[in-house]
Amino acid sequence: MTRSVPDPSQKHQRREHGLMLALVSPALLVILALIVLPVGWLAWQSIYHDGFTLENYRRVFTEDIYWRSFALTFEISLGVTVIALLLGYPVAYLANSVPKGWSILILSLVVLPFWTSVLVRAYAWLALLQRTGVINQFLRYLDVISEPLAMVHNTFGTVVATVHILLPFMVLPLYATMQKIPGDLMQAGASLGASPSLTFFRVFLPLSLPGVLAGCTMVFVLCLGFYITPELLGGGRTVMVSMLVSRNVELYNQFGAASAVAVVLLVGVLAIFAVVSRFISLDRVLGQK
Amino acid sequence: MTTKQTIGLGCALLGAIGLTGAANAAEQITFVSQGGAYQEAQTVAILDPSAKKLGITINQDSIPDAWPAIKTQVGSGKPIWDVVDTPTGYCMRGGEQGLIEKLDFSKIPNAAAMPEAYRSPYSVSYEFYSSVLAFSQKTFPKGAPNSWADFWDVKKFPGRRALRNHPIATLEAALMADGVAPDKLYPLDVDRAFKKLEEIKPSITVWWTSGAQSAQLLNDGEVDMEMAWNGRVSAVAKEGAKVAFTYNQGILQSTSLCILKGAPNLDTAVKFLNEAVDPVHQANLPLNIDYGPGNPKAFETGIIKPERAAQLPSEPANASKQALMSYAWWSSPAGEAAEKRWAAFMQK
Repeated sequence: MTRSVPDPSQKHQRREHGLMLALVSPALLVILALIVLPVGWLAWQSIYHDGFTLENYRRVFTEDIYWRSFALTFEISLGVTVIALLLGYPVAYLANSVPKGWSILILSLVVLPFWTSVLVRAYAWLALLQRTGVINQFLRYLDVISEPLAMVHNTFGTVVATVHILLPFMVLPLYATMQKIPGDLMQAGASLGASPSLTFFRVFLPLSLPGVLAGCTMVFVLCLGFYITPELLGGGRTVMVSMLVSRNVELYNQFGAASAVAVVLLVGVLAIFAVVSRFISLDRVLGQK
Repeated sequence: MTTKQTIGLGCALLGAIGLTGAANAAEQITFVSQGGAYQEAQTVAILDPSAKKLGITINQDSIPDAWPAIKTQVGSGKPIWDVVDTPTGYCMRGGEQGLIEKLDFSKIPNAAAMPEAYRSPYSVSYEFYSSVLAFSQKTFPKGAPNSWADFWDVKKFPGRRALRNHPIATLEAALMADGVAPDKLYPLDVDRAFKKLEEIKPSITVWWTSGAQSAQLLNDGEVDMEMAWNGRVSAVAKEGAKVAFTYNQGILQSTSLCILKGAPNLDTAVKFLNEAVDPVHQANLPLNIDYGPGNPKAFETGIIKPERAAQLPSEPANASKQALMSYAWWSSPAGEAAEKRWAAFMQK
């Protein structure tokens, strides 16, 4: 390629970038002051308490309970991600293939739960799933079961409610990706004699994979930090990492013990982002493009 | 500025100082409790009357769990709170860690007159509640479980059970279920308690974390029996749910008042501490909420009618059926170790 001659529009572009930076700087300052600095301060406390110490990390990496909690948290997050993908993909596909009016309706139904607080939704699931809850009473009324099913106060209830909360984070990136797949490609496939299912699996599905990866990353990462839902619906047995954080504040009476757990989780999340970003641009995961 | 104006301003300032001096408004404290109906009840029974009697201003704040805040405030070197109402164990642990002021009981005669078990070098009992065995009257119209041994007996008392997701009071209950007498619990045999808990663990449906949750479990019929705080159970019963509880083998617990190290208004805080455990104010507390007075002398004031007293956890006859929690044991190294062991027990 030859070097392009200086472009008069380049100066204009630079000025525009400068203006953009000035416009976002208040938001960046807020993030710096309210997120970066406190998180950094907490991380510092995890290694410094009356002198430099790795005690907090030694505990995290040697005591059984931490390992179990991290394993359970990753297990639940993985389960939630798979279920959300299986449930979310058809919804996004449908929203993508129906006329505009219908897709707006479908998407607003997907987004609707956002308007209700996580706490309220956890209690709503309690009302549905518990022993004397709506579902158990209905099933008993129909004589399908004689004893109420244990659907809550365990990992099952936690997963159900978490999927419900995180589903929009799966559907929206999927829908955005599917929107960009040209419909002509499917017609081309069909005109070459491929069956609808073959065009789906050979053309549409591979093209939608960036959306799948984006949605899965969002759901997985958000799920790692869930607190209220497992606390209320886990029956005390489902101890996720976020709950360890709060428990450690009570147990060791210093923030360092808790922030060590948080730092390990944060590093884990960053590692996941690093791996994912090798396959797909981060902008897309975060829904900017 | 002319001289005349300056003199005028000076007079105004002097006047202002004179006025505040007269109203004693300089004396104030910040008092912190746990909020909700409980703090409202205190405001009526204790805080407002104390402020009036002492001529001070009591600024109120509330927080569900004061302990982390105490740590950060005192750690920062400039606490903004003076007096905190918090579970007694935290006052004692805070005292040992240099976060709580040591009390001079010669300046707190009301506390000095209380039995020794009701105070520590750093704290004074403020109110009593109890971790009791509560049950559904629908499941047990008669022949309800009446002891922790009954709670542990899943054959004789079938039904779903809940315990608190916390070792405090739960280990005591396990030991009583295993036959230890309520007055012979301390020092707790932690190994024995956890062994007994392993036994009941498969039959526990929910390990609850908040008082509200325990109330909901009982109210919705999600469990048939559970350990819960007496005030929570009686509140659910008042709403019409068919639930009841027994004080038999309950674990009598308390919150205490303590003063933050380096409190901004130390002298006023000490004065307030004395006034807050005054038998008359204390006797008014149970008229507003289902908690017992921290000062046992309150029962001698005649303010608490006998039928009301009979409902309260710290009423002498009720108290005699229960185990008095030893916060000294729980804030000892053995107690802290037991607390840490809990998490491993829950996740196994």
